[in-house]
Amino acid sequence: MVDRFPVMSGQAAIRLAGLTKQYPGADRPAVDHLDLEMPAGEIVALVGPSGCGKTTTLKMLNRLIEPTSGTIEIDGRPVHELPVHELRRGIGYVIQHTGLFPHKTVGANIGTVPRLLGWDKDRIRRRVDELGALVGLEPEMLRRYPGALSGGQQQRVGVARALAADPPILLMDEPYSAVDPIVRARLQDELLDLQRNVHKTIVLVTHDVDEAIKLGDRVVILNVGGKLEQADTPAELLANPASDFVADFLGEDRGLKRLALLTVDEIVPVDGPIAEVGDSAEVARAAMSEYHVDWVGICRDERMLGWLWGHELNGTVTDTDVRPFRSIVQPTNTLRNALDGIVNSATNVAIVEDVDGRYRGMVRIEDISEGVRS
Amino acid sequence: MTGLLAADEPLVRWQWIPDHAEEIRAATVEHLQLTGSSVAIGFVIAMAMAMVSIRWRFLYGPLAAVAGALYAIPSLALFALLVPFTGLGYRSAQIALVSYTLLILLRNIVAGIDGVPQAVKDAADGMGYEPWRRFLAVDLRLATPTIVSGLRIATVTIIGLVTVAALVGSGGYGTFIDDGLSRQFPTPIVVGAGLSIAMAVAFDVLFVLVQRVLTPWTRITASPET
Repeated sequence: MVDRFPVMSGQAAIRLAGLTKQYPGADRPAVDHLDLEMPAGEIVALVGPSGCGKTTTLKMLNRLIEPTSGTIEIDGRPVHELPVHELRRGIGYVIQHTGLFPHKTVGANIGTVPRLLGWDKDRIRRRVDELGALVGLEPEMLRRYPGALSGGQQQRVGVARALAADPPILLMDEPYSAVDPIVRARLQDELLDLQRNVHKTIVLVTHDVDEAIKLGDRVVILNVGGKLEQADTPAELLANPASDFVADFLGEDRGLKRLALLTVDEIVPVDGPIAEVGDSAEVARAAMSEYHVDWVGICRDERMLGWLWGHELNGTVTDTDVRPFRSIVQPTNTLRNALDGIVNSATNVAIVEDVDGRYRGMVRIEDISEGVRS
Repeated sequence: MTGLLAADEPLVRWQWIPDHAEEIRAATVEHLQLTGSSVAIGFVIAMAMAMVSIRWRFLYGPLAAVAGALYAIPSLALFALLVPFTGLGYRSAQIALVSYTLLILLRNIVAGIDGVPQAVKDAADGMGYEPWRRFLAVDLRLATPTIVSGLRIATVTIIGLVTVAALVGSGGYGTFIDDGLSRQFPTPIVVGAGLSIAMAVAFDVLFVLVQRVLTPWTRITASPET
């Protein structure tokens, strides 16, 4: 049987226009004239306090809730033009308590939508094996029942099930709020890794602004009554919150959150006070005075060996008794990692090395604050 | 009971059993037929009532009240009440027996379906199950343990009531008991009572086994977080 979803193959952008949901008897709408663009292949995080209509908005995308007015277009096509069951089979759906079928094995759970689409058995089995591997499940787990799995494993199965028919869109409704923080962080990292391979248009609902910032390519902040406060990239939101509500919602540690988004290679490290093994003590002292510090980093062949106090220098610079730097970061680390290293070291710098361990420079607190301002 | 009987009569005359093997076999078939057909008809009616109750929630109360009223009528009284309309025999017994299964089965079917976790229903809807397909493949399947429990209770209850129903001439093991009582002859009483107890126990065990086979997912334990 052919897949009945020509309109939703590959990538799909989502566009909401004037989307409104007014529940009968409610004094104000749950979602109020919401206009949003969700670009193909991006993670859009909908975040806001209880009653902001984020879940209602999500459920209107797969028509579990029908809008009162307004339109939703997927890839330019209004969703109400498609038969509702076919629409849903073309949209992956992951929910908080996983909603796995307890009476079906993990493998059968993952194969649910392909089965509804009428794929043949061999094709379903191959796809289930492939997805199990993709989300990191042991093959023998596929034969177990979901009840035998841990919460984190169940959530991975939920994601695998949502991806089974390779839908261009994935809807995730508070997917990680029922697992403990350590597992949650790991599942979030796994989702980001996965997304680098699958490039789905992911709409994620969360009440956790840190999760939204970590996962979202775009973050949409909604206020009570379904009012759109701001929709932007996490970095832009943190740098320029559009309202007091947004600023409050992002929290007082907004600056620290920005540091977690920026990476070391986005700022320019300084060369720092360094001397090569074999240089004279004079060269080393000159480097120290240039940076107004009383220590010097000792290098050899582009490798940072460690550091010495100025008074320990004697004649020629050697590598004896050098102290290793406590904090070494790579260009892909966040500025938050670098800052953490800086405040924990006696020299107040973080050493930047590339993946091969070659010395690239040093980062000081002032370099970080300059990078954040720019 | 011995007061009814002749003092020198033993409780069981063992020779009576092989002598009446054909009657015992026929009574067993009657007992099974009446039990099976009553529970089956009751199940179909209760399922229809349950589906109506789930679709239109406000009807559950009235339907359960009707089933409850039928259940509350003493069995002998109901058998007697039906005789003027449906005569002595199988039909009267069956109507009464079916009415006894309704409350047990209706309650268990509705409770089983209500017990399906909302997250599972949401996920099924969100993945594109049609309503009828979700009802059959998800709701009803997950309600199986509760529904089978209902069938087990109903069946065991009905096996006991079929014994009583012999009074209206419907056959089964109760016939032996009636016969023994009217002749003050204990052997058929013991045989009839013993066989109906044995049948009830056998079905009780059978349903436990059926339950295990139908619900393999209920015998698992969660693994620790990894």
